[in-house]
Amino acid sequence: MPMYSEKVMDHFTNPRNIGEVDDADGIGEVGNPVCGDMMKFSIKVKDNRIEDVKYFTFGCGAAIAVSSMVSEMARGKTLEEALKITNKQVAEELGGLPGNKMHCSNLGADALHKAIHDYKEKQGGKK
Amino acid sequence: MKTVNLDYTAATPVDEKVLETMLPFFREHFGNPSSGHSLGEIPREALEEARVKVGRLIGAEESGKDKIIFTASASESNNLAVKGIVAAGKRKGNRIITSAIEHFSILNQLKSLEKEGFEVVKLPVDKYGLISPDQLKEAVNDQTILVSIQAANTEIGTIQPLKELAAIAKDQGIPFHSDATAAAGWIPLNVEQLGVDMLSLAGDQFYGPKGSGALFVRRGVRLRPLIEGGIQEKGLRAGTENVPVIVGLGEAARLAHNSMSERSEQVASFRDKLKESLFNEVPHLHLNGHPEKRLPWNLNVSVEFVEGEALLMRLNMEGIYVSSGSSCTSQALKSSHVLDAIGLPPELAQGSLLLAAGLKSREEDIPYITEKMAEVASLLRMMSPLYHQYLKEAKNNANVQ
Repeated sequence: MPMYSEKVMDHFTNPRNIGEVDDADGIGEVGNPVCGDMMKFSIKVKDNRIEDVKYFTFGCGAAIAVSSMVSEMARGKTLEEALKITNKQVAEELGGLPGNKMHCSNLGADALHKAIHDYKEKQGGKK
Repeated sequence: MKTVNLDYTAATPVDEKVLETMLPFFREHFGNPSSGHSLGEIPREALEEARVKVGRLIGAEESGKDKIIFTASASESNNLAVKGIVAAGKRKGNRIITSAIEHFSILNQLKSLEKEGFEVVKLPVDKYGLISPDQLKEAVNDQTILVSIQAANTEIGTIQPLKELAAIAKDQGIPFHSDATAAAGWIPLNVEQLGVDMLSLAGDQFYGPKGSGALFVRRGVRLRPLIEGGIQEKGLRAGTENVPVIVGLGEAARLAHNSMSERSEQVASFRDKLKESLFNEVPHLHLNGHPEKRLPWNLNVSVEFVEGEALLMRLNMEGIYVSSGSSCTSQALKSSHVLDAIGLPPELAQGSLLLAAGLKSREEDIPYITEKMAEVASLLRMMSPLYHQYLKEAKNNANVQ
């Protein structure tokens, strides 16, 4: 078992915001079982802000903690702000990740961004 | 907190009796076995006694013509066997045959040899992890200098038809090595009956100390040493012998040999009851490895829809110690090559758990293990996209019907 920070262990033990939002405005899925991690983020958007964000995650301790942290960081942010959340920030907020687990943090922000792009695409389609 | 160790293949505690036989060799009998004076006598005798004890465990003759070489690990024994044969160059050719599910101490050195121009044939295995003798028959040719196939697999427990496999190599006069690390001490292994030319084992798998390995080498098999220097270990491993550890290995081998059937029955009984309990109480489990031809202590299951490291960490929080073949638990971030070779789908390989029973495993812990396993699996499934996808599909199927 890798050495995880207290914060990672906290988010792994008590992951926040698990689930899928009702009538999601945007959905972002990344990863696959071959690489070992898979995340599915769903968001509810109101007045250009992320009103609600939930996720399902298949993956290791780091992947679960990252999903939980990304959901907390994204909630209430404008779409532009949320798109600026970087993988590095997520890892920092978690008090760091072991070197070989950094790729997990990449997935978290990617899944969130994908959900936002999905929302934007759907909005574009409506116009 | 209550703790339950289900990772006895990572390490076994040193048996009290084993420790007692070792202790005098740190202080009273600290002498060097190579010394010409009296201080070397008792250590020298102890070394030879340990050699006989290890030989008995694997059915080696006591004539002294065959060799038991003491090493510091089964990995070293495997390296001495493979590199030793290659460097000795007695047989002309460049083909080495092995299996897809060997330990990395075989596979990684073969990868290096491949770069040097050797042709490495990795025999595939079936869905249970069994190697087919027919495929070995097809693979051997007059260029083959070594066949190395494990006795049993640590991860999935599958026991190979070693006798049949060794006979094929013998027919062609090809040296046959077997990595018996997972099997030694737990199932009967007789080098005479099996017809193997070299066999690796390690004492820490059967209640001996860490750092205790051995390689059986049949008379007539010529090896080049990995470590050159003095003529310790019949010139096959230079350096002053680690007498206390070797004495410990010998005693552990004696105890394992004397009580093999009792020990095996004991761990198999625990393992079978644990398996039954888990499969009854935890939905969506998948057994990995052979249903019968498997090591008595070994249970390997995949917990569907969840990932192994998360399982391992959650179980660890409940005081239950297991290991996993998931990519996230490996430093290389690759899922187990063994599970890959048996054709297990990636999502099942990621959720694999190795539950390795030991002599201290207690049946009264089974309800606790089962309860926690069910809890942890359900908790992780609730956050798994694969599980929700499965639920949705099940619901759709039900609606269609």
